Amino acid sequence: MSSTAQMDRPVDADAPKRRWAGLNIRAENLASGVVLVGLVIVLSVVSPAFLSFSNFLDIARVVAITGVIAAGMTLVIITAGIDLSVGSTVGLVGAVTASLVAGSASNSPFVTDFKLPVSLAVLVGLAVGSAIGFLNGLIITKTRIEPFMATLGTMIFVRGLVYLFTGGYPIHFDPMPHDFAFIGQGAVLGIPTPVWLFAIVVAALWWASRRMSVGRAIYAIGGNPEAARLSGLKVDRTKIFVYTLLGFLAGLAGIILTSRLASADTVNGQGYELIAISGVVIGGTSLGGGRGSVIGSLIGVFTVGVIQNALNLFGASTQVQYVVTGLVLLLAISLDGIARLRRRT
Amino acid sequence: MVASSTPQPLLRMEGITKSYGSVQVLHGVELSVGRGEVLGLLGENGAGKSTLLNILNGVIQRDTGSIVIDGSPVEFTGPKQAQEAGLAFIHQELSVLPYLSVAENVFLNRLPRRKGAPWLVDWAACYRQAGEILERLAVKIHPRTLVGSLGTAEQELVEIAKALSMNARIITMDEPTASLTESEIERLFTLMRALKADGVSVIYVSHRLDEVAEICDRATILRDGKIVNTVDAQTTDSHALATMMVGRELSELFPKTEHERGRETLRVSNLSTVKVDDVSFTAHAGEVLGIAGLVGSGRTELVRAVFGADPITSGEVFVNGEAVTLDSPGTAIRHGIGLVPEDRKLQGAVLSMTNAHNITLAGLSKVSRWGQLDRGGEKQAAKRLIQDLQVTPSRIEQETGRLSGGNQQKVVLAKWLFAGSDILIVDEPTRGVDVGARAAIHGLLNDLAGQGTTIIMISSDLPEVMGMSDRILVMHEGRIAGELPRKDFSEEAIVMYASGLEPTTEGAKA
Ligand SMILES: Nc1ncnc2c1ncn2[C@@H]1O[C@H](COP(=O)(O)OP(=O)(O)OP(=O)(O)O)[C@@H](O)[C@H]1O
Ligand SMILES: [Mg+2]
Repeated sequence: MSSTAQMDRPVDADAPKRRWAGLNIRAENLASGVVLVGLVIVLSVVSPAFLSFSNFLDIARVVAITGVIAAGMTLVIITAGIDLSVGSTVGLVGAVTASLVAGSASNSPFVTDFKLPVSLAVLVGLAVGSAIGFLNGLIITKTRIEPFMATLGTMIFVRGLVYLFTGGYPIHFDPMPHDFAFIGQGAVLGIPTPVWLFAIVVAALWWASRRMSVGRAIYAIGGNPEAARLSGLKVDRTKIFVYTLLGFLAGLAGIILTSRLASADTVNGQGYELIAISGVVIGGTSLGGGRGSVIGSLIGVFTVGVIQNALNLFGASTQVQYVVTGLVLLLAISLDGIARLRRRT
Repeated sequence: MVASSTPQPLLRMEGITKSYGSVQVLHGVELSVGRGEVLGLLGENGAGKSTLLNILNGVIQRDTGSIVIDGSPVEFTGPKQAQEAGLAFIHQELSVLPYLSVAENVFLNRLPRRKGAPWLVDWAACYRQAGEILERLAVKIHPRTLVGSLGTAEQELVEIAKALSMNARIITMDEPTASLTESEIERLFTLMRALKADGVSVIYVSHRLDEVAEICDRATILRDGKIVNTVDAQTTDSHALATMMVGRELSELFPKTEHERGRETLRVSNLSTVKVDDVSFTAHAGEVLGIAGLVGSGRTELVRAVFGADPITSGEVFVNGEAVTLDSPGTAIRHGIGLVPEDRKLQGAVLSMTNAHNITLAGLSKVSRWGQLDRGGEKQAAKRLIQDLQVTPSRIEQETGRLSGGNQQKVVLAKWLFAGSDILIVDEPTRGVDVGARAAIHGLLNDLAGQGTTIIMISSDLPEVMGMSDRILVMHEGRIAGELPRKDFSEEAIVMYASGLEPTTEGAKA
C-alpha cells in the first residue's frame, strides 16, 4: 500500500482500500455497500416495479427524513453516545412549526391565531430542536448520566410536551401556504426538496467530520476520551455541539415531515430514533465510538429504505415490516459487536 | 549458540508463523525453555515479541507451527485453556479491571470458595491470600483498594501478583519492569529466583538490557520476526545484545550535551493535591529537570496537577513569571505546557485513529485554519516525526492500535513534539522503547533543550534520569525529599532520598 494514499480515515492494514467517486471507502462501508447493491439487483429482477425512476425517487424521499437524523446521529454515536429523543423532537418541532404557519388549525388551545411568516416559523422550529439537543448535551456532560438513560428521559419528556401542545388533536392546514408545502412536497430540477436537503446535510456533515478539526475531535473523544482531554480537546463542548446539531437536524426532519404529510400529529416521528440508529449501525459506525462515517450511514439508511420499500411492494403488513427491520438491525449490531470483540486482542 | 540447560525442555515452540493480512510478523520462530530457567526474549520494537507470547498464551492464534509442553503438543483456543495448562501471562499493557478491588483482580475467575458452601466466595480468605502475595512482593497496597485508584506502576504490581498467585509452571512476562523503579524490580527478581528454585520457568521480555545478565540464564534474540541467536545471558554483555537486536553498531546512550541554563520558565510554589504535599520547585529554559522517586511517591500526580489534568487543592503555578490558573489540560497547552502521560494506552494514544491523526491531535490549530484541516501539512509533519522517532511500520495512515507497544509510545511522544511545547513534561518517555529508538528520543529531548525548551522528565530508570538531567528532584511520599545538581548525582543519593533518608555523605562520592 502506498504511503501517499488518502489518510482521512483509519484504514485497516489488511483491508483492501478502494477509491470510489473520490471517496475512500472502508471495509465496513464496502460490506454494507455491497449488501445494498445486491439488494437492488435482486429486487430489480424479482419485481419490475422496483426498478423505476419514480420508485427510486420515492425511496429517496422516504429515506431523506430519517436520513437527515441519521447523519447527525452518526456524529453522536462516534463520540460513543446515543440519542433516543430525536423521534420526539420530530414530533414537537413539527407541531410547533405547524402551529405558527398561516392556515394551520387545530382544536388545541395552543394553536392560536398568532402566525409567523414561513421562514420565521421554520427558524423557531429549528431553534426548538436545537434547544432539546443542547439540553441533552448539557445533561450528559454535566451529570455524567449515560446518554442512553438521559435521552430516554428527554424522549418521554418531549413526547409529553407534544401531547400537551397538541392536546391530542392533529394540526391541519387550510390551506397550506405554498412556501411551506415546498419544503416537503416541492421539487427542484425534478428532484424532491427533501432529497436536496438530505444531500446538503450529508455533504456538510461529511465535510465537518473529515476535513475540519471539530470532526477530528469527535473521533478522538469517541476513541479515547481521556487521551482527547489530555490533548487539550474540549470534550464537553464538543459533545454538547454534536447533540445540539442532532437536535437541529431532528427539527429539520420534523418540519419536512409535517410539510409532506400536511399535518402535525401527536405520533409523528415515533420510532424514528430506531430507524436512524439502524441506518447508522448498518452503515458500519461502531456503537463503541471512535469509528464510523457519515457516508456509511447514507448507505445504511438507504439499505433500510430499500428493504421497507420492497416489503411495501410485496404488500407485506406493517407488522412484518417491523420484524424484518428489527432483524436487520440485530444482525448489524451483532456484526459490530463481534468486530469490536476481535479488535480487543 | 548455547545448548539448552536441560536435556528435555519444559516448553518448545517450533516453526511459529503469524501474519496480519499481507504482513508477516513471525517467520518460523523456534524457542525453548528449560525447567526452572529464565529465558530472556529480546528484540527491537515491533520485532514480534508480544505476538509470540500472545500466541503461546492462547490470546491469538498462530498460522503454523507447534507448541510442546512437557513433551506433549498443546493447542490453546483461548487464554483460559493456557491458564489451565499451567501458564501465566503478564501482559505488556495493563489488563487489570479498574472497578474491582486488588484482591478481586488477583483472584479473578478463581475466587476462593467457602468450605462446605462452594457457591459462596470466601472473602476473608481472598483478602488474606491477596495480602500475602502482595507482602511477598513487599508492596504496600491494601487488598481492598480499587485498582482504578492506583497509579500505573502499582497496577503493574497487581498484574504481577496475579500471575504469581496462579502457581503456574511457565510464567511469561512482557515488560513487567517498564514502569517500575529499582527497588520494586529488585523484589521481583528475588521472587523470580525463588520461583526458579521451585522449577518454574519464566520467559522474560525487557528493553532494559542490564537486567538480562542479572536475571536470565539464556537470551533469545528476535529481529523482524526471525530468531537471530540464542546466547548465554551471563557471558554476553548488553552492548553485544543490543548489536544483535538492531543488526548494527549502536550510538552512545544518553548523549548529554551541556546547555546554557536560561531564564526561569516554570515556578511551582506550595502546590498540594490529594497525593502531593506542599511542593515547590522551579525549572528553566534549556534545562532538563529530572524527577525521581519510588512508585507511588507522587511524581505523576505532581506533573498532572501542573498540567491541569488533576485538581490542585492549594498552591500556585507561574509560567514565565506570570501566575496562571491551570484548570484544564487545554489551558496548560495554551500556556505552552505539554505532557507525555505515563500510560500510552489509557491516556496517550487514541488507538482507533491513524498515526498522523494522533500526532497532530494536541496541535490541531497548527494544521488548521478557520477549523479547516490542512491535510497536506499534516501528512508532512507526521511523516517527519515518524522518521525522526523511528516508528515502524512507518506508514502515517496505519492505525495506532495495530502498532507494537514501543511504537505506540513513540507516536505519543511525536504528538507532543508536534505540539511544540515550551515546557515539555515527559512521564516515563521511553517506557517500552527499544535501545536504538531510546537513543534517538534522548537525542531529540536534548536538542529541544538546546533550543531553549524546558524539559521535565520523570523516569524510573536511574541511568536514564541521571544521564539526561541537569538537576534531579527526588520525591518521597508526596514531598520533595531532596534536590541534586548534576555534579552530585549518584544512585546512592537518589535511592536514599527516595526512601525518605538523608544521604550519609554529600552524594558526590561517586
Ligand atoms: N492487530 C495487528 N494488526 C496488524 N499488525 C499488527 C497487529 N498487532 C501487531 N502488529 C504488528 O506486528 C509486529 C510485531 O508486533 P509486536 O507487538 O509483537 O512487537 P514487540 O516485539 O512486542 O514490540 P515492542 O517492544 O514495541 O512491544 C509489529 O510490526 C506490529 O505493527
Ligand atoms: Mg510488545
